Amino acid sequence: MQIPYETSARPDTGLYNAKLGIWLFLASEVMLFGGLFSGYLFLRLGAEDGYWPKGLLNVPVGAFNTAVLIASSVTIVLTWANLKMRKWKQAQRYLLATILCGAVFLIVKLTYEYPQKFQHFGAFINKNAAHEYEQYLGNDYLKAKGLPPRYEISGHLEALEVTFSGDKAQLTAAADRDGLEIVEPHAGEHTLKIVGKGDEQKQGHDKKGVSPAAAERIARVPGAKIEAFEVALDEVNAEPTNPASDRPHFLYKHPTEKIGLIHAKDVQWASSFAPKHSPYFAIYFTITGLHGAHVLAGVLVMTYFFVFGEQIYRKNPEHQANRIEVVGLFWHFVDLIWIFVFPIFYLL
Amino acid sequence: MSDPHPTDTTRAAAAHHDASHDAEHIARHLKGYFVVGGILIFFTALTVALSYVDFGSLKANWIIAMAVATFKVGLVAAIFMHLKGERWTIWQFLLFTLFFVAGLFLLTLLAWGDPIWGTHHTLH
Repeated sequence: MQIPYETSARPDTGLYNAKLGIWLFLASEVMLFGGLFSGYLFLRLGAEDGYWPKGLLNVPVGAFNTAVLIASSVTIVLTWANLKMRKWKQAQRYLLATILCGAVFLIVKLTYEYPQKFQHFGAFINKNAAHEYEQYLGNDYLKAKGLPPRYEISGHLEALEVTFSGDKAQLTAAADRDGLEIVEPHAGEHTLKIVGKGDEQKQGHDKKGVSPAAAERIARVPGAKIEAFEVALDEVNAEPTNPASDRPHFLYKHPTEKIGLIHAKDVQWASSFAPKHSPYFAIYFTITGLHGAHVLAGVLVMTYFFVFGEQIYRKNPEHQANRIEVVGLFWHFVDLIWIFVFPIFYLL
Repeated sequence: MSDPHPTDTTRAAAAHHDASHDAEHIARHLKGYFVVGGILIFFTALTVALSYVDFGSLKANWIIAMAVATFKVGLVAAIFMHLKGERWTIWQFLLFTLFFVAGLFLLTLLAWGDPIWGTHHTLH
């Protein structure tokens, strides 16, 4: 069956049908993202001082991804323009460039930005115990400067100090599954230590450490109780009164080699930088995840048009130009969402 | 390929007329697309730079960052999405949508600002 008005305008709307359709779809997308952005606003306005993290994302990488999406917006509009001018080869080249930009964006997100978060550890300290951790939090300094307080200590989890009163074989098996090993207490200590396999012989950044997810699994072994976390501190907690840490930001840096000891009894909440870490990461993963799904969808549709477009172009070049215009409108919309996502999560 | 549905209204005829001039019209715009892309990347760098300037309050930084983002979004919509010179039908869709999005944000602000007496819900 012939779909009507795929190239010429329908008299009553003055538009070809697919264009009308994509704009209606984009209107619904505006509502979808609008709801999530207003959710962001609600969480942000409701966050207590010191509980909306800053500087946990990698600004140069985010800016790079923004530039990649902008470049892809240029190439998709050039794809369309070249089809309109009936230059098939150039159009295909620009379309391929657009697909590659989308792929680069996704690869950076999925293989670099997200995984880093799941290995990072953060512990929010109970407010009434915060003064005991002043050397890591620097709240007196922040207060004197009129800055919001800090309650989180973050870094790389190096070791767990655990008391254990259960079946030892179970604990050993659990540690083994996560590539961890148990170090028996020295004389006079009452806790055993759980560290990455072979970490006892290693120094600094060579240590594998304990992933936050593995720490949660250890805590669930019957009879095991985590008494303390040993954390290789992020710069902001290693030197909290350094003015450079007033706004911890920019390049992703390795944690320092300074180890902070955090007692579990003083911890309000600890986890990796996963959605459950805080309302901040919950809404970060929701919005960037949904946005990423849109990028993926755009890449798939454009790849389909790239591979199977020639036949339609030979039959009616205007039809192919319109298909690219429609996917282009969707693609610009995805770019447009990111233009808001970047400042609200990475910068402000 | 001829359209199976004859287009006989003046409006559609006008649209068709536009299409015949498309090719030259577009060739003239190619450079403009690169320029707009360059402006957008420049403004991305500007957003990053401005976020390091203290404008006195977080609110001020927010307003400035959002103004820059809105300008960028406006450029994308007007030039890349061809909203500049687009038909009134599509503008109507968008105006409706903006109205409802504004309503959505208003709901959030109502919940936050709690201006309606007697509806405040608190856990404390």
